[in-house]
Amino acid sequence: MTTIEDYGKYETAWCPGCGNFGILNALKQALVNCDLPPHRVLLVSGIGQAAKAPHYLRANVFNGLHGRSLPAAIGARLANPELTVIAESGDGCLYGEGGNHFLAALRRNLDLTILAHDNRVYGLTKGQASPTSQQGMVTKTQPHGAFPPPFNPLAVAVTMGASFVARGYAGKLEQLSELISKAIKHRGTALVDILQPCVSFNKINTFQWYQEHCYELPPEHDPTDRDQALRVALEFGENLPLGIIYQTQRPLFEEQFTPLKHGPLARQEVSRPKLEEIMQQYR
Amino acid sequence: MSQDIQILIGGEAGQGLVTIGQLLAKALVRSGREIFTSQSYHSRIRGGHNTFALRVGPAPLAASRDNIDILVALNAETVELHQAQLTQRALIIADANTAPNTAGAIPVPFAQLGPEKLWNTAALALLGQILGLPTEPLQQAVDEMFGHKQAEVLAENRKVMKKSREWAGQHVPEHPFTLADRSTGAAKRLLLTGNQAIALGALAGGLKFCAFYPMTPATSIVIELISHADTMGCIVEQAEDEIAAINMAIGASYAGAPAMVATSGGGFALMVEGVSLAAMTETPVLVVVGQRPGPATGMPTCTEQADLEFVLHAGHGEFPRAILAPGSIEECWSLTARALGLTEHTQSPVFLLTDQFLADSSRPVTPFDGDTVTPVRAGSDPQKVVPPYRRYYLTPDGLSPRLLPGLSEHLVVADSDEHNEEGHLSEDYGLRKAMVEKRLGKLELLKRQALAPTLNGARGAELLLVCWGSSLGPVRETAEILRGQGQEVATLHFSQVWPLVPEQFLDILQAAGQVVCIEGNATGQFARLIRRETGFAIDRRINRYDGLPFTAGYLLEHLEKSAAA
Repeated sequence: MTTIEDYGKYETAWCPGCGNFGILNALKQALVNCDLPPHRVLLVSGIGQAAKAPHYLRANVFNGLHGRSLPAAIGARLANPELTVIAESGDGCLYGEGGNHFLAALRRNLDLTILAHDNRVYGLTKGQASPTSQQGMVTKTQPHGAFPPPFNPLAVAVTMGASFVARGYAGKLEQLSELISKAIKHRGTALVDILQPCVSFNKINTFQWYQEHCYELPPEHDPTDRDQALRVALEFGENLPLGIIYQTQRPLFEEQFTPLKHGPLARQEVSRPKLEEIMQQYR
Repeated sequence: MSQDIQILIGGEAGQGLVTIGQLLAKALVRSGREIFTSQSYHSRIRGGHNTFALRVGPAPLAASRDNIDILVALNAETVELHQAQLTQRALIIADANTAPNTAGAIPVPFAQLGPEKLWNTAALALLGQILGLPTEPLQQAVDEMFGHKQAEVLAENRKVMKKSREWAGQHVPEHPFTLADRSTGAAKRLLLTGNQAIALGALAGGLKFCAFYPMTPATSIVIELISHADTMGCIVEQAEDEIAAINMAIGASYAGAPAMVATSGGGFALMVEGVSLAAMTETPVLVVVGQRPGPATGMPTCTEQADLEFVLHAGHGEFPRAILAPGSIEECWSLTARALGLTEHTQSPVFLLTDQFLADSSRPVTPFDGDTVTPVRAGSDPQKVVPPYRRYYLTPDGLSPRLLPGLSEHLVVADSDEHNEEGHLSEDYGLRKAMVEKRLGKLELLKRQALAPTLNGARGAELLLVCWGSSLGPVRETAEILRGQGQEVATLHFSQVWPLVPEQFLDILQAAGQVVCIEGNATGQFARLIRRETGFAIDRRINRYDGLPFTAGYLLEHLEKSAAA
């Protein structure tokens, strides 16, 4: 049995009151709920305040480059299909710098969980607009207000054919850890976009703002209905639905690679006779 | 006049000229001949002017010749473009409608020999007849290529071949191009391009993961890998871009799969941040850079050796690396396997620097001996680790035990930020210094394993030709020709261009009369690197940067010119 203590307790470099704390606790609880021992879990992150999260729990960690958590996670997952791989990063990292990887990862559909700490601002570099910043949000680098409408990760994910698309909120811990558990258990790429107040730099989307604008998806919502899911995902203004927006079954990307049927690549020997046979093809 | 015969098949992309060349090459190698082929093509799927050059002779060959003995012109443009290269004795095989009215021209009524889609079979048969090659090996090569198709296709091919040979028997004029007796009986030889040899070397060396984004001239390495991936237990993934490719390879390597990426200069430019990541996280990764002329998109299908300094300095911050540059098809095999081992043994990025010339040339080689390669195994033995496990444990030689995540109960933490021994972020100045020294310490490991350059000829020769990477073949041939003329010439070839260990070669440079550095770039990057590392100033340089590979003809001409200057 895995317990919450197995995942340790660390000092963090986050601001007091940061939404990241809630996400970290929810993730730990989810890992315990899934009964995953730390050494079977790999957390991969990019750069940003969110990307530091893997350092604050006991697990395998690959903390790479800004925007590049997904390719690294995909590589690791393909090298060892026995690892539970979770990519964890912020909105700037996943949707901005790593936008192309985000699209490609959803299309591939590896068994992989993506946790987006979405605070709708750049925290690490002190408050510039992010891809999900609300239109008109004034910052030091957007003095006239963020011009483009916010990137809608959920609508994009649904249209890309992602097999699990959900939204959580850092202020609703129990629901969030349940969503993360379901995402981890889902066979395929699961995106959980997690709304998260940034107490230092986002003066618009505060805890109170989220309390007022979030609502839980009613039980009538059918996450297997793609059209309905897309309609819900497009609600990205005054009302923000929480819960599993879309879920479907698609073939796993890993299944096309026969070497993975034999487990981790590190355990597979090079066959000399097979190599000799291959060389004969060039005669 | 040399004993060998230079054949050039030219035409538009899509006319099947490469097929003619490859089938002829296969038949010649099987009949025990020495050949060398190279390709020139344009960045188009159809049209453009493409050539396949095949040189055949009694002794091993490692470069093409500039002049042409037999020109197969699949269109009129080919004759115009290559007229000046024809030798006095040259034959021109061309369609009766476009053949020039010159001596040596053989106007072939292709339309009478077969349907247009099989004109390449007809041309192949004509070449076979001219060279005096029996029908059997040619027919066998053709059958193998079309064997998977319907019986009618095969039968039609055979018919065209027979008819064409008969026609040639009656119409080809007297000529001096019959092949000499077979030079070797080694029918077991393999016919390989440089890129095919790289793929085989990687698989022999234990490659388990390759990610790539298609880019000429590296793509053919990956295509070769893909065709053997399932058999050899390797995963190859086409990434969404080069940035993804190298990050995937690093992720896979971290998790235990010996990994590589293959690209060219422009793609490598995008991978550079990942190179830094590999160095900082101490994750092994092999980066194959197939050079072509830059900057930017440059000349996508031509050759150059101008990315040496780029690869040498790629990545921000300071960290050691090794750069290997194969000079032959055999070295493409052996150095790739070696480079893969070196990445794991030094937990660092290692580079293989090749180019379009070597990538697309082929030559018969003795089958590689698998016993000479020990496949790399990722990671250290978790049983030998005393807990608590620390990924970046500070050791005197800079190598920490590299455990693999998920394969033991130890946790493996890797970070692109400066980190402590456990792998967690750290901003401690003293620790930072220790970690920098730990990483830089690997340079000593790399130097201890550095390949010495190969001296061919006498120490103290009056002329020493220095070269690196793919120039080896043409430079050796040049030296042989000059020796034949009574000159005292030696060659010094570097198949490892970094790190350089002066004790391995400085005395050779100092002992030589004149030292000439030959490289495929405009500014003499390697000559400059030698000066930087040893203080030795090379007397003369010959640089080629028009997009074409070196040939003995080019080098002889320029050696004479630069000596006169």
